[in-house]
Amino acid sequence: MGLTQILVFAAASLLARLLFRPGGYARAWGWLLLIGSALAIFWLQPAVPIRNFDFYFPTATLTLAVLGWALTAPAETRGARENWIAGGVLAGVVLAVALTRHLSLNGLLTPTRPPQTWTVLAVLAAAALISWLLARFTRPGARMMTAGVAALILLFALVKTPALAQVAAGGLRGLMGQDAGLAQATDLRWLGFSYVAFRLIHTLRDRAAGRLPAVTLREYLTYVIFFPAFTAGPIDRLERFLKDLRAPAPLDADSAANAGRRLLTGLFQKFVVADALALMSLNASNAGQVQGAGWLWLLLLAYSLQIYFDFAGYTDIAIGLGRLLGVRLPENFNHPYRKPNLTQFWNNWHMSLTQWFRAYVFNPLTRALRSRGSLPVWAIVLITQLATMLLIGLWHGVTPGFVLWGLWHGLGLFVHNRWSDWIKPRAAVLNASPLLAAVLPPLSTALTFVYVSLGWVWFALPDAGLAARTLLRLFGIG
Amino acid sequence: MKTEPRILFNALWKGVILFLLANLLFAALQPGGLSRVSVYHSVFPGRERLPFGENIQRSYNLSLYDLDAMFASLALRPEKPADEFRVLVVGDSSVWGTLLRNDETLPGQLDALGLTACDGRQVRVYNLGYPTMSLTKDLMLIERAAAYQPDLIIWPVTLQSFPRSLQLESPIAANNRAEIIRLTKKYGLVLDTAGLPEATFWERTIIGQRRALADLARLQLLALPWAATGIDQDYPESYTPAARDLESDASFAGLSGPELPADALAWDVLRAGMAAAGQTPVLLVNEPILISRGDNSDVRYNFFYPRWAYDAYRAQLAEMAAAEGWDYLDLWNAVPEERFTNSAVHLDPQGVGMMVELLAPRLTCDR
Repeated sequence: MGLTQILVFAAASLLARLLFRPGGYARAWGWLLLIGSALAIFWLQPAVPIRNFDFYFPTATLTLAVLGWALTAPAETRGARENWIAGGVLAGVVLAVALTRHLSLNGLLTPTRPPQTWTVLAVLAAAALISWLLARFTRPGARMMTAGVAALILLFALVKTPALAQVAAGGLRGLMGQDAGLAQATDLRWLGFSYVAFRLIHTLRDRAAGRLPAVTLREYLTYVIFFPAFTAGPIDRLERFLKDLRAPAPLDADSAANAGRRLLTGLFQKFVVADALALMSLNASNAGQVQGAGWLWLLLLAYSLQIYFDFAGYTDIAIGLGRLLGVRLPENFNHPYRKPNLTQFWNNWHMSLTQWFRAYVFNPLTRALRSRGSLPVWAIVLITQLATMLLIGLWHGVTPGFVLWGLWHGLGLFVHNRWSDWIKPRAAVLNASPLLAAVLPPLSTALTFVYVSLGWVWFALPDAGLAARTLLRLFGIG
Repeated sequence: MKTEPRILFNALWKGVILFLLANLLFAALQPGGLSRVSVYHSVFPGRERLPFGENIQRSYNLSLYDLDAMFASLALRPEKPADEFRVLVVGDSSVWGTLLRNDETLPGQLDALGLTACDGRQVRVYNLGYPTMSLTKDLMLIERAAAYQPDLIIWPVTLQSFPRSLQLESPIAANNRAEIIRLTKKYGLVLDTAGLPEATFWERTIIGQRRALADLARLQLLALPWAATGIDQDYPESYTPAARDLESDASFAGLSGPELPADALAWDVLRAGMAAAGQTPVLLVNEPILISRGDNSDVRYNFFYPRWAYDAYRAQLAEMAAAEGWDYLDLWNAVPEERFTNSAVHLDPQGVGMMVELLAPRLTCDR
């Protein structure tokens, strides 16, 4: 989200809340949120080198969301009249965006001119047919849910693995009559897909476990594409989101002040602090140019702060916009750099993501390994921490750098877990010394910060070899 | 704690009033001192050449028009050690050193020689070059150079900096209207300053000055990557070499020859530059140009210059230097064609080295 888009969203949200009192027009408010979010995801999608895909990526997002609902909705509610209306409204929004090609206002809602109307109609007809077939002939059983999750993971791997993404981009370029030889992995800039995939997997898994509440197509779509959280989270849970969607928090002076404070804080963090730090942060260009370890540490410090303020800033903006609309999105950051150990760091950094992984990877995997009964505790901890953090790394991209970053943290969490177990019986001795009691907490916090910062080297530098050399140079080696 | 709507409204209108007041005060007072506040020298080392650059992320540098901020970022300080013989080199991108690292530029290579001046002082050479070709831009720099106690100014020039019509085309000249008008009045220059836009009151507010203020902040932020890497320009892996095969067009700055009217070139600005140096000796240098042997090289020397115009310019410059008693060195053909890089005046390190060999004796008793 750019500054202009954020300001337009804030003004539009405020205006909408003043004109439509959700208490009085609950249903109208729900439709407004869906239509607004659907239009917003077209507007937010950046230009891509593959012709018309700045239009087709948001269309694909909406299609995926409809398919997700068709798979998860209880069979008896699928044919309800409101769901047909929601499908029609959504098709109408897509068609309306497509029809902007006939206006001379290029870039009104999409960065480039939308595709031919008949092509869009054909795509909409195909999406509708697949959705109808799924809704008509499937039942939300465990097999269907697993198949849905597998399909999403495959799509995720395709988009996030550079080699596969390049092949896919070549195919799409060929389909659009462009030179496939010019395809790059970065051509697949599908905005919001990472977060949409996680929301969809959450609903599929919860449906399989019988925990998912029954929702209409409108509610489900609004949850998946809710525009304040579309690009950078937080990843809300459907049942929590529903409460606010069905009964939005009133926009009184207190909540307006709170929303304004979050928005202003977020804007300052992102567009002043993070963007300023970006000029002096560690990156692929300067990592090999720095003339001494001391300077390298400074650039790394700048990067650690930049990534925090950038992400926390966007989260504040999302939460602020959400509150203007009466939706209390979950918190994502709680002073993570002030935490005294790596476990607490991860309990307070990108919290909605870590909670997602805890619910759907860490806990089930731990339960599965414990039930076997053959592995010692330390091995279970090692496997679950490494597997979870590896997947979090892969969620950012299927590259050696992100894999190593995940392993770095998995290993760190394992070491901290073992250390905690070892130190617990000795804590009384340590606490008896006033000096140790005073020194250890800040020392632990500093050590955690340094470990996390060193981990960012794998994250910031796309070339794992350069990252390894940079890590050594930080300690004066090489 | 609950927030009353009235408190919210009060905070909003007071904030708006304070912001408006700050804008009005800024526009009225124009706090120029802000430009001289710099993290260079205090926190980070100064830059070795004036800030200039387009790709901030790769060059750790940027172009701005605030001369005070630009000079405040330089390693060059107004104070001078007693044993230093200070040489300032003013000029265009060939002095600044496009595609060259700091130690490869003309000032860098001269400084690295570790020369001793005739009076026994150590020769220190500083880069005051700035990309864009305009004698008026050079004059602005020479005027400022006086504050840095130079013992010698070296001023390489080339014909492309002379056309009167191009004097205010340099963005740094065009965006320093007050300074240009002051210089025009002081030296009686014939420059069309009426075309330079005057800032409106709105443009002088914080909102109107937001670009300049942001550039000032960015210059300070870039001090860290500059200090960490020593890099201050984007060095591309490859570049388009200066053209050797040329058009048959013989025109120059709207003139078709064979005469080069004296008023077409800004000789008055050259005189002003020499005068601006005051008592400081100036070594005026006609800088080397690419002499092509490609297509139409009988018509043109290079992309910039048809032969008739350049020959006439050289003759007029030599004549004026002799008449005025200036210390003048004509190095127009001192560097072979293969030593030029992406422009007819940009040299590679070896080419600069050839120039250095010819200039170094002028800084010592060997001349």
